[in-house]
Amino acid sequence: MFLKTKELTKKFGGLIAVNDVSFSLEKGKINAIIGPNGAGKSTFFNLVSGSHTPTSGQVIFKDQNITKLPPNKIAELGIARTFQTTNLFEQSTVLDNVKVGHRLRTNSTLLDAVLRTKRFKKEERKCREKAIEVLDFVGLTDVSDQLAANITQEEKKRVAFALALATDPEVVFLDEPAAGINPDETEGLAELMKKMVDRGITVCLIEHKMQMIMKLADKIMVLNYGEKIAEGTPEEIMNNQMVIEAYLGGSASA
Amino acid sequence: MAALLNRRTVISGFILLALVFPFLTKNSYVLHILTLAFIWMIAVYGLNLLAGYTGYLSLAHAGFFAIGAYSLGILTVKVGMNYWLAFLSSLIITCILGLLIGLIALRTKEHFFAIYTLCVGYIIYLVIDKWDGLTGGVRGLIGIPVPAGFGPLSFEKPLSQYYLILFFLLLTVLMVYRIVHSLSGRTFIAIRNSEELAKTLGIATMKNKLMVFVLSTLFAGLAGVLYASFIRFIGPDIGYITITFDLLMYLLVGGIGTLAGPIVGTLLIVWVSQSLQFLQDYRMLIFGPLLTLLIIFYPRGIIGAFYEWKIKRQEKKRMRALIKNHKDAEFPTANSVPDKKVKEG
Ligand SMILES: Nc1ncnc2c1ncn2[C@@H]1O[C@H](COP(=O)(O)OP(=O)(O)O)[C@@H](O)[C@H]1O
Ligand SMILES: [Mg+2]
Repeated sequence: MFLKTKELTKKFGGLIAVNDVSFSLEKGKINAIIGPNGAGKSTFFNLVSGSHTPTSGQVIFKDQNITKLPPNKIAELGIARTFQTTNLFEQSTVLDNVKVGHRLRTNSTLLDAVLRTKRFKKEERKCREKAIEVLDFVGLTDVSDQLAANITQEEKKRVAFALALATDPEVVFLDEPAAGINPDETEGLAELMKKMVDRGITVCLIEHKMQMIMKLADKIMVLNYGEKIAEGTPEEIMNNQMVIEAYLGGSASA
Repeated sequence: MAALLNRRTVISGFILLALVFPFLTKNSYVLHILTLAFIWMIAVYGLNLLAGYTGYLSLAHAGFFAIGAYSLGILTVKVGMNYWLAFLSSLIITCILGLLIGLIALRTKEHFFAIYTLCVGYIIYLVIDKWDGLTGGVRGLIGIPVPAGFGPLSFEKPLSQYYLILFFLLLTVLMVYRIVHSLSGRTFIAIRNSEELAKTLGIATMKNKLMVFVLSTLFAGLAGVLYASFIRFIGPDIGYITITFDLLMYLLVGGIGTLAGPIVGTLLIVWVSQSLQFLQDYRMLIFGPLLTLLIIFYPRGIIGAFYEWKIKRQEKKRMRALIKNHKDAEFPTANSVPDKKVKEG
């Protein structure tokens, strides 16, 4: 089993944001989580990536219990994520912004920085090369020398992908990557996700755009009020009575 | 490349100016004020690393400045320690206290961090003010020695102190420059931008924040140590909140989170303060509104405003180039008068 959750639950006071969710990712595939606003999708991501600790339940990654690990340790294990919004350092170039994504694979300290040691130079080069590589992968080579303040919304999304990829992940969790961009650009991002999978990276994304999901995903989980109400292939989800009633609200044809 | 060369020349120019400045003025008072300004700059650089680059606004910095100054004062005057040993010990003491306070303070964030460190700063001041036996209380410490000389070098004269302090300032700037332009610096900036994102990128945020905190207290302490042996008298006032706010004002005016900000802000405010001295504390009536306006319109100070202008100009240039390329591509034959193109280029 690659990555799975066991009876994962998160309560915020009286609110149960994620309720008893057991889910396993298909390795090397595109997994998707859908559900109405407030269904607990982002919270589910936060639990897996260690940003929140679950009230109960477990997260297992390659037979290791990672439930209580802090986010930076989870990242080191090869689990990356993006957020619904990404804050970049606007006064710095795109390339410089992405370099820090590879920081977790380096060891140089403040002293290395001050003394400009061999290790410092080696690792600066390594991070630079990694940043160039992932920016090429996401198709941003052209803007890599521009300031982050001057790139488009869609390019910012790609930078967020690049940052996640720079950590050398085995699996990436993408929180609503296509929110706030137009359909053409959405197509481009979908292509990018397929490219990640071709590279052997497992993808798990949250998405609202149903058409995109149905075309793209290999496996879908549907959340509603924090509970998993369905799981399966796109066809199975589209024909699931529970989903049609609870989520699609009768307008399943849309 | 041109920009780099440009920056290099500007920096070298400033260093040269600082080096020859004592020969340009015969006024020893000006030299004294400038030396003091250098000391403040060192402390402001410390504050900048923490508040500007990492996003944690500490209001305890006058406290650490005072800890550095008093450590040196006590170790030299009361203990009678060798000067440079006391110098080093004072920095270590400041860092150890910084580490202990940082461990607690960094459990808080944003406003809470600012308020907590404000309290810590005040407590440090109170301890200095009330602990008569150790610090001399309100009477302060007098007779702090000037830095001991090395061989032929001696630091008895104000001029030689000017150069010594300039040396430490340049060292500080070099260190901060190298840190900011390194993976460590980018790590701090990532924490400032979003701690949550930084964590999921695998950054141990607490460890990094603690490092910056200690480093920033080191610079505050260094400034304090230099102050003590430059003025040779210290009282509890050097740890008072007003000093923290002075440092913060220098940083905000010059540009928080910029490399040249601390120098520009400190020089400007110190100079303006000196020119407005006849107004005494009413100066604040002028500073207050000016500072407010500056923060509203240029949240990243003078240097920040300069960079913003440069960015905008670059972007405009790029857009113009894009549009031009577009036009050229769209009408390759319709407008194929070759000499026209040459003119445009
Ligand atoms: N940190 C938090 N504290 C309290 N409530 C939260 C927190 N994060 C999310 N919630 C609540 O949990 C529920 C699920 O939120 P979220 O996971 O963001 O939904 P989704 O991403 O599916 O739109 C919402 O009702 C939200 O208000
Ligand atoms: Mg969400």
